[in-house]
Amino acid sequence: MTDLSTTYLGLELASPLIASASPLTGRVDTLERLEDAGAAAVVLPSLFEEDVTDAALDRQRLFTQGTESFAEALTYLPEPGGEDELDRHLRLVADTKAALDLPVIASLNGTTRGGWTHYATALVDAGADALELNVYGIGANPGDTAASLEVELLRLVRTLREEVTVPLAVKISPYFTALSHFVAQVAEAGADGVVCFNRFYQPDFDLETLVVTPTLDLSTSAELRLPLRWIGLLHRRVSCSLALSTGVHTCEDAAKAVLAGADAVMTTSALLVHGPEYLGVLLRGLEQWLDEHEYESVAQARGSVSAESVADPASYERANYRQVLRNFTGA
Amino acid sequence: MTDREAIDGNEAAARVAFRCSEVIAIYPITPASPMAEHCDAWAAAGRTNLWETVPEVIEMQSEAGAAGTLHGAATRGALATTFTASQGLLLMLPNMFKIAGELTPAVIHVAARSVATHALSIFGDHSDVMAARTTGWAMLASGSVQEAADFALVAHAATLESRVPFLHFFDGFRTSHEIATIQPPTDADIAALVDDDWIAAHRLRALDPDRPVLRGTAQNPDVFFQAREALNPFVDAVPTIVEGALARLGERTGRRYGLVEYVGAPDAERVVILMGSAIGAAREAVEALLADGEKVGVLQVRLYRPFPGAAIVAALPETVRAVAVLDRTKEPGAPGEPLRLDVVASLAEAASRAIRPMPRVVGGRYGLSSKEFTPAMVRAVLASLGSEEPRDGFTVGIVDDVTHTSLPVDPSFTTDRAATRAVFFGLGSDGTVGANKQTVKIVGQHTDGHAQGYFVYDSKKSGSMTVSHLRFDPAPIRSTYLVHDADFVACHQFGLLDRVDVLERAAPGATFLINSPYPPDSTWDHLPREVQEAILEKDLDVHVIDAHRVARDSGLAGQINIVMQVCCFALTDLLPLDVALEAVRASVRSAYGKRGGPVVDANLAAIDAAQGALARLPVPPSVTTDRRRRLPVGTDASEFVQRVTARILAGEGDLLPVSALPVDGTFPTGTARVEKRTLATEIPIWDPEICIDCARCALVCPHAAIRMKIHDPESTVAADADLPSKPFRSHDHPGLSLTIQVAPDDCTGCGVCVDVCPAKSKSEVKHKAIDMEPIAPHLERERARFDAFLRLDGVPDGLLDPASVKGAQAREPLFEFSGACAGCGETPYLKLLSQLFGDRALIANATGCSSIYGGNLPTTPWGTDAAGRGPAWSNSLFEDNAEFGLGMRIALDRQSATARRLVSELASHLGEDLTAALLAIDPTVPIDDAAVAAQRALVEELDVRLARLEGDGDEAVARRARTLMPLTGTLVRKNVWIVGGDGWAYDIGAGGLDHVLGSGRDVNVLVLDTEVYSNTGGQASKSTPRAAVAKFASAGKRNAKKDLGVEARRYGDVYIAQVAIGANDIQTVKAFSEAEAWPGPSLIIAYSTCIAHGIDMRTSMTHQRDAVRSGYWPLYRFHPGADEHTHPFHLDSKAPSIPLSTFLDAEGRYAMLGRTNPDDAETLRAAAQADVDERWRYYTQLAGIERTLPEPLPTDGAP
Repeated sequence: MTDLSTTYLGLELASPLIASASPLTGRVDTLERLEDAGAAAVVLPSLFEEDVTDAALDRQRLFTQGTESFAEALTYLPEPGGEDELDRHLRLVADTKAALDLPVIASLNGTTRGGWTHYATALVDAGADALELNVYGIGANPGDTAASLEVELLRLVRTLREEVTVPLAVKISPYFTALSHFVAQVAEAGADGVVCFNRFYQPDFDLETLVVTPTLDLSTSAELRLPLRWIGLLHRRVSCSLALSTGVHTCEDAAKAVLAGADAVMTTSALLVHGPEYLGVLLRGLEQWLDEHEYESVAQARGSVSAESVADPASYERANYRQVLRNFTGA
Repeated sequence: MTDREAIDGNEAAARVAFRCSEVIAIYPITPASPMAEHCDAWAAAGRTNLWETVPEVIEMQSEAGAAGTLHGAATRGALATTFTASQGLLLMLPNMFKIAGELTPAVIHVAARSVATHALSIFGDHSDVMAARTTGWAMLASGSVQEAADFALVAHAATLESRVPFLHFFDGFRTSHEIATIQPPTDADIAALVDDDWIAAHRLRALDPDRPVLRGTAQNPDVFFQAREALNPFVDAVPTIVEGALARLGERTGRRYGLVEYVGAPDAERVVILMGSAIGAAREAVEALLADGEKVGVLQVRLYRPFPGAAIVAALPETVRAVAVLDRTKEPGAPGEPLRLDVVASLAEAASRAIRPMPRVVGGRYGLSSKEFTPAMVRAVLASLGSEEPRDGFTVGIVDDVTHTSLPVDPSFTTDRAATRAVFFGLGSDGTVGANKQTVKIVGQHTDGHAQGYFVYDSKKSGSMTVSHLRFDPAPIRSTYLVHDADFVACHQFGLLDRVDVLERAAPGATFLINSPYPPDSTWDHLPREVQEAILEKDLDVHVIDAHRVARDSGLAGQINIVMQVCCFALTDLLPLDVALEAVRASVRSAYGKRGGPVVDANLAAIDAAQGALARLPVPPSVTTDRRRRLPVGTDASEFVQRVTARILAGEGDLLPVSALPVDGTFPTGTARVEKRTLATEIPIWDPEICIDCARCALVCPHAAIRMKIHDPESTVAADADLPSKPFRSHDHPGLSLTIQVAPDDCTGCGVCVDVCPAKSKSEVKHKAIDMEPIAPHLERERARFDAFLRLDGVPDGLLDPASVKGAQAREPLFEFSGACAGCGETPYLKLLSQLFGDRALIANATGCSSIYGGNLPTTPWGTDAAGRGPAWSNSLFEDNAEFGLGMRIALDRQSATARRLVSELASHLGEDLTAALLAIDPTVPIDDAAVAAQRALVEELDVRLARLEGDGDEAVARRARTLMPLTGTLVRKNVWIVGGDGWAYDIGAGGLDHVLGSGRDVNVLVLDTEVYSNTGGQASKSTPRAAVAKFASAGKRNAKKDLGVEARRYGDVYIAQVAIGANDIQTVKAFSEAEAWPGPSLIIAYSTCIAHGIDMRTSMTHQRDAVRSGYWPLYRFHPGADEHTHPFHLDSKAPSIPLSTFLDAEGRYAMLGRTNPDDAETLRAAAQADVDERWRYYTQLAGIERTLPEPLPTDGAP
């Protein structure tokens, strides 16, 4: 039997397979099914600072409109009670910790410096074993330089490193000019790991209403290539843990991620398509593949096909591009 | 002091009632609704009564239903109560007689309110409770918030001990809505007054098959009378039992009360006797007069039934020579009002038995509908009593220049000695009232002193002004009247300085706080001349703050309440400022914590920023402007409007004499158009280059503030006024122009028009054919344009198809500028109705939102056309509206039949041609504009010929002519519209509506379905869908919405349409036209978005699309007149294309349950989705049903 254990962010995991943030990790009952299927850890859905803020301000506006204006109707709705968005999310963290025996990684997407630290502390206090910083940002402002955005992000990592004691992962986008350098700096700033990559949902247009609309397309195995390349390039070249996210749909995809150098392999779309139990299929498939190919352990296989490990590291870089074009014959 | 709290009278009574009850049957009615709302919320939160069970709080379909449930619960041995007022109490009367006759303990708490007579009024007087005085219920009257709490307890205790049911009442608004610092009875107090043995005895008397008895028998002449007298001992025992309860309460709390209470000189010669909150003003007056050496007194009656005549006689000093009994009710034709007659009877009896000499007793009326009652008025009454011939049957507080009943009052007599008196002017939307309520609570909590808050609201639902009257004093505050000499005045909205005399109530040397958009050194120059003069004359200390900026910078756009509250504490010495600020912070955390941390944070930031932004206004030595306050109406308004309406608008309605008011409650229509409120900060501006002529903006505008006209492009009016226009797209009518115009002073800035506008710029999609823009740069130009637009001749009504959206919107709305909420979902339907049929419509309007924005003084949106025709409107009651409308229909039909008969009989005198033409008119047949005009021309000719016949030598002919003259209008088709909300149609008026729909008569019913009782604040009705949270359904509505259309369909001959104007405007317009054309009953169920849904009202109309797409609100028309082998049920919407949750998630009323009870919310939402699925399946089956035997067209009632 191949030893599947791995270490990610300093957390000892039974296998590299982590269920990443999705609606499936937003409910305790499906989280339990993921655990039963063999997930080594779970990443809870991101807590978005704007969600908390906007919902509160919307609620304030909706519940005060028309009030104290007209003698017959000084209010129009019962006073809202119960949990707000933050309370509810923190309860999910606490309930998940209570129900599951595996590491629980909370994900956070802040918009203000105060928000990042406030909510990070709250998530840790609620029981999160680690934090994943979902740094979803588009450099849309022509006035912002790449350097300034990177400096701001690194400052955030340093700040949070000082605020919380649990391991920190940073989920980044692939859109950095010097990604390897940046990941090294993230690690230096105190991050225990980097997740490659955040998969941005791209907006679309409704041609009838001329409205920009959000879309949600699940990933495919073809999208594995991008994170696979970067995990392979980063392996052994940076000091922090590496998690591969995006495009892991089969056990072969997971095997590739390990071979490229991922300490953890995250999957979302495949589980949304096939259900939580599919994680077990991936796990057994990975184990079988490693077994059949006579690997003793994940540790042995990890990074064995990384840029540092292959005979021709250039195949990860321009050579790969040139070769593909050379071999392309068209339809 | 932990045992003192600042609460209002409703909460004070409700707390006791909840702790003392097992079954609470409720129904909304102002001003009692908050008592029921509190109980519903407490039960939903799992709070228990004194016996550790959660009371069952159940909403009924009417007050009659609540009383029936109360009767049943009490009959079964439960501790039962209810809350009501006014018409609600009247609906309970039949059961009250039964409950009392059966000696069944129960309590009704009443926030006493005027009974509707010549007009509805939500405000306080005793006409409702006086109507209940013959029911046999004991009646306890509270005169303050503290008494409302204490007497609620006494009522619950005494009913159990005596077996006589108790009606406990206090004055609507003055007590029910006044916030005061009181000591609510503790659980131990309640337990000490309510004996478990009485409860056990009550339970043992319960109807029980284990111990069967017969109750509620029918009796005959032989025994009924004797049996009726059998309860006398129980009634006789009540005063002693109440005294016992009061004594126990006094021992525990130190608050000692009697059945009556006399305050005044022991050797008084003149005494006033009264009940209720008026005691506050009366005591102040008497104490002031005593200090001046006058021998006067006041006697407060607390137990009214059984009438404590002996106690009154005993309490009245023997020296009293003259008594004035003040009644807060009117009983036309009676020898006196009820309390006066009771007092006379008691004193006469005492005199006849030589117990004491008979004093002179006079009676008078005061305070109807919360009319101010001040110490000066009490002094006037006592002064009259001291005259040689005291006035009897007088009124005080008004000027009666018709029957000359009123006493003269010297307003300079004041007794208000509160240490701090403050008045705040704000808008409902800015949170002023909420902040002041918090201030009262904070001062009550943090000092040993007393605080009082009373709040006066506008009659409009949008842009309404609020005036807060606050008092603070170390001693208990008894001043039950508005603040007059305020030493602190705050104006929270700069624009109000131009509309209202905010400094009228400022005392000399008072502090004046202004929320000003201008810097301190330039604010002065922006003040109207009257304000500058008052500041100088009264030597006011003026401070300014730009609260809107502070609020905006703190993330609280528009909500200036916290900022102004901090300024109030900073400028007064109510509390040390640091203590006050910490208390405000604590109140913010408490009040807003449930809405989320960011809301708390924003408010805390505003608190920190407020002080630094406050500055003293430099006051120059003289006025610097000639600009005066705006006139309330234009100088071109009618004489009545100038003389009456303008005074009411100016806040001077109290000064109007009796002669100024109509004798029968009948007012002219078309008055909202003269009231220019200029509420909006942004208004829609039209870009004709982008417009696609869809007319949706005009169709959906809730306030008729966007208009469309199709007109001659060569119009000089348009050219002279530089009125924008564009070519009208029409194959049938080429060469015309179209203009869209905003009424800038009437727009509320709700933004609904912009939200629905489908036309976007080809180069920049954010730019639509109409965009909201700041009003200031556009106001004058748009005013001039709207003025020209009104003078612009549009195409005649008959030219465009009125059953099309454009055709309808090209017609003049005869419902305009209502005071409904900004973005109201109801009013577009009424406007459409007025455009299509307004010149020939009688409207019976059920009480509710539509009767308030339609008929609440001072102005009405119902208007008239150039010929003076327009909707004729009336409101009868809440419960009887369908019957009221049916009565109109029957009257019309009878009158029409009579007219036709008389025309026929006068044929030889009128001319055969005219007679034949008139008799050819079939009033049951729908007609177009041209036919209406032709029929009216015939009638005009008839009127001319009848005028000649009126003096005919043949008296029989002349008499027929005179009989026919007032009926000629009925020869032209007129339609009856029965309008109301879902509270009426689904609940309280359901029985009547069902009967009217089953009558076969030609009435059109329009149900403005907001799925809650909107007017009273959003209580659940049977229209409220499953899973929605509403008041009275705080835990989420458990069962599905009633399908009103399906019920009506069973009659077979009722035209039914379910519409949503924001989702399918074409279907809506079509449905209105078909309904009007159908000669039998028609029912339109119109989805009406409402602020009680917790939605962004800017999207009020587009949100309706999702209601339809999700299947939440399917659109259909059931046309019973379809021919054989057709499908009369037309499903006008497509199969649901989005999940219900997408729609529900956008509404606060559905989102709430997810917060408070997520698991329950999930279950209820799943059930709601199942409701939608099931209804859609059912409707699709209905749509497939082929009619093989058409219903015969209704004939009953056709003249």
